[in-house]
Amino acid sequence: MRVSGGDATMKVKVRLFANLRDYVPEAKIGTTLEVDLREGALVKDLVDHYQLPAELVKLVYVNAIYREMDFQLRDGDEVGIFPPIGGG
Amino acid sequence: MWILRIDMKELSYKLEDVPERYRLLYGRALTSQMIFDEVPPLCHALGPNNKLVFSAGIVTSTSAPTSARVSVGCKSPLTGGIKEANAGTSWAPDLASMRIRALVIEGFPEQGEKYWGTFISWDKDAGKPKVEFFDATGYTGQDVYDTFPKIYERFEGRISICSVGNAGEKSYGNSGIVFNDQAKRPSRYAGRGGVGAVLASKRLKFIILNEKGSPGVDIVDKPLFDEGRKKMIDAIRSHAISKPKGGLNSYGTAVLVNILNEAGGLPTRNFSSGRFEGAAKTAGEAIFETNKERMGKEIYNHACSPGCIIQCSNTYYNTDKTERTSCIEYESTWSLGANLGIDDLDDIATMVQLCNAYGLDTIETGGTLGVAMEAGVIPFGDSKGAINLIHEMGKGTPLGRILGSGTETTGKAFGVRRVPTVKGQSMPAYEPRAVKGIGITYATTTMGADHTAGYTIAPEILGVSGKSDPLSPEGKAELSRAFQATTAFIDSSGHCLFIAFPILDIASGFEGFIQECNGVLGTNWTAADIVAYGANVLKVERAFNEAAGIKAEADRLPEFMRLEPLPPHNQVFDVPDSALDAVFKEM
Ligand code: SF4
Repeated sequence: MRVSGGDATMKVKVRLFANLRDYVPEAKIGTTLEVDLREGALVKDLVDHYQLPAELVKLVYVNAIYREMDFQLRDGDEVGIFPPIGGG
Repeated sequence: MWILRIDMKELSYKLEDVPERYRLLYGRALTSQMIFDEVPPLCHALGPNNKLVFSAGIVTSTSAPTSARVSVGCKSPLTGGIKEANAGTSWAPDLASMRIRALVIEGFPEQGEKYWGTFISWDKDAGKPKVEFFDATGYTGQDVYDTFPKIYERFEGRISICSVGNAGEKSYGNSGIVFNDQAKRPSRYAGRGGVGAVLASKRLKFIILNEKGSPGVDIVDKPLFDEGRKKMIDAIRSHAISKPKGGLNSYGTAVLVNILNEAGGLPTRNFSSGRFEGAAKTAGEAIFETNKERMGKEIYNHACSPGCIIQCSNTYYNTDKTERTSCIEYESTWSLGANLGIDDLDDIATMVQLCNAYGLDTIETGGTLGVAMEAGVIPFGDSKGAINLIHEMGKGTPLGRILGSGTETTGKAFGVRRVPTVKGQSMPAYEPRAVKGIGITYATTTMGADHTAGYTIAPEILGVSGKSDPLSPEGKAELSRAFQATTAFIDSSGHCLFIAFPILDIASGFEGFIQECNGVLGTNWTAADIVAYGANVLKVERAFNEAAGIKAEADRLPEFMRLEPLPPHNQVFDVPDSALDAVFKEM
C-alpha cells in the first residue's frame, strides 16, 4: 500500500488491535501489515491512512515506546495501535 | 450487624455485636484489622492460632453496580505475612444480606482426618443467622467441578458455596479459596497467598450460604446513595473500557496481552524477555475470534457475580461447542502462556481449567512452571508437559508437592537463580524492568508481588488517569503509594477493582463512588478521607508484617532484575532503594 504526498517513501510495520481490526480487513490476528509512507510521515498520517476513527485511537507504541500523534516515523519502524483498553 | 465466629475445635458458633471501633470497617479494612488484632504474627500459618476472616464490602448487597466482592484475610502460608485475597461471587452479597459483617473461622478440630461443612442460613423466628455443621469428609480429594454439583443437589433453594480444592487439602502455599459464579461453576477464586491451605487446615471444606428471608443491609441516606449509584452507572456505561461491548466486555482482561507485548513489558520464558512472538495467539482478541468461529456468532462476556454491569468474564469453547473453561483472565493466559513460551490457546484453557479444578492459583502455578522449565524439568513451550505437571500438583506426587509449595520453593529445590518473587509470592504479568511503577508496587505492597495492590499500569501503559513514561522511575514512588492507598479503599468498598477505569477518568463517577459509600454509612467522606482510610489499612497490614519479621528490607525485587538487562528495552530495574523505602515512610 502506498501513501501519496511526497517522492521518497519509507516502509513502516503496523499492527492493529481489539476493535481497530474491524476497520482494516487484512489486519488479522498476529499479522503485521507493511505500509509505504512518505518520508517524514507522522503517526497521525498513518492513522489517517487506515481511516481509523480518531476517538478510537488511544494508544500508539512505536518500537515499544509510547508516542503521540505528532511523532515522526522512520523507515523500518514498528507501530502498534490500540483503542482504549484495560484489564488486570 | 454481627461478627459470626465459627470455632472448629468445638464445632460451635457465636454471634457478637460489631464493636464500635469496627463500625466503619468492611472488606479488606476489616479482615486486615481483625487479623492484626487477633492473630499472633509469629504463629504458624497452618497452626491453631491463625484465623480466616471473611468480609463483604461497604456497598455489597445493595444495588450499587459491580460490587459483589468478598475479602478473605489471614496470615499467609506463602508469604508469612498478612493476606487479603478477594473474589466476585453471589456468596458476598448473601453474607452481607444476613448482616454478617465478618465471618471468622478459628481453632482446629481434634480429629484431624475429618472434614466439615457449615450451612449458614437465616433463622426467621430468631431474626438472626444460624449455623449447622455436617460431615464433609466424603467430598475431599476430588475435583471441585465434581463436588459443587453434589452440594447444589444436597441443599435446597438458592445457595452460594465457598470451598477449597485438593491444593488446599495438601497444604500448598499455592492454594486458593473457591466461590461459585453465576452459572454455579466453582471458578471464582480468592486465589493468592495460600488462603486455601488455611481453610483446609481448619478442616472446613464448605461454607454454604442460604440468605432466604434475610433483611439485607441498611442504607442510612438513600437519596444520596441513589445519586451516587446513578453517577457510577453512567460512568461505567460510558467509558470505552467498561461499557457494554467495550474492551472488557468484548475481549476480557486478556485484551492486555498485546499491549504489554508491544510495550516490551510482557514477561516471557520466566522473565527473560519482555516480548513473546506468540503473544497475539494467546490474547483476548484470539479468544473472541476462536469463540466466534467455533460458535458461529460473536460471544460477549458475562458477569461473574450479581449486579455487575461491566461483565468481563469469558467462556472459552471447544470445536464441538462444549465449554472448555471459564474464565481465561489476562494473568492466566500470560502465566501459562508467554511466561512458559506456550502459544496454544486450547492447552492454556485446559491448564486454567485444571488449576480451577485442583484449587491452584494460576499466577503462582505459571510462575512455578516457568522456574521448573528454567531448571530443565521440561522445556519451555512444552504445553503437554506443563499440563502433566499441573496434574502432578493436583495429585500430590513428590514432584507435585514441591511445585505446589510455590515459585520460590521450587526455585530453591532446583537451584534456579532467576526466581520472580517478592516476599515469597510469584510476580504477575507485568515486567518491572519495562514498567517501573508496577515494580515499586510489587516490592512494597504488604501482600508479596501483587499487581492489583497498586495498579500503576493504568497511567504507565494504558493512558488511564493521564499517561506516564513506564521506563522512567521518576515520581513512581508517589504514584504507587497513591494507587496502593486508593486500592485499599476500593477493596474495602466491595466494588470490583475494574470500576477504577471509569472513575479515574470520569470525575462524576468518582464522586458517585464516594456518595454511594457515604449514603450507606451516613458518613461525610471526601476524596482525601478515602485515601486516608486506605492508607490506614496499609499501615495496619504493614505493622502486622513487621511484627511477623517482614520489614523494609523485604521490600525489594529479586537481584536478577537489577543485574540482567531485559530485551527489548535492555533496561534493568533502576529504582533506587530510597524510593522504595519512601513509599511507606512518607505515607
Ligand atoms: S468486572 Fe469482571 S471481575 Fe469485576 S465483577 Fe464484573 S465480571 Fe467480575
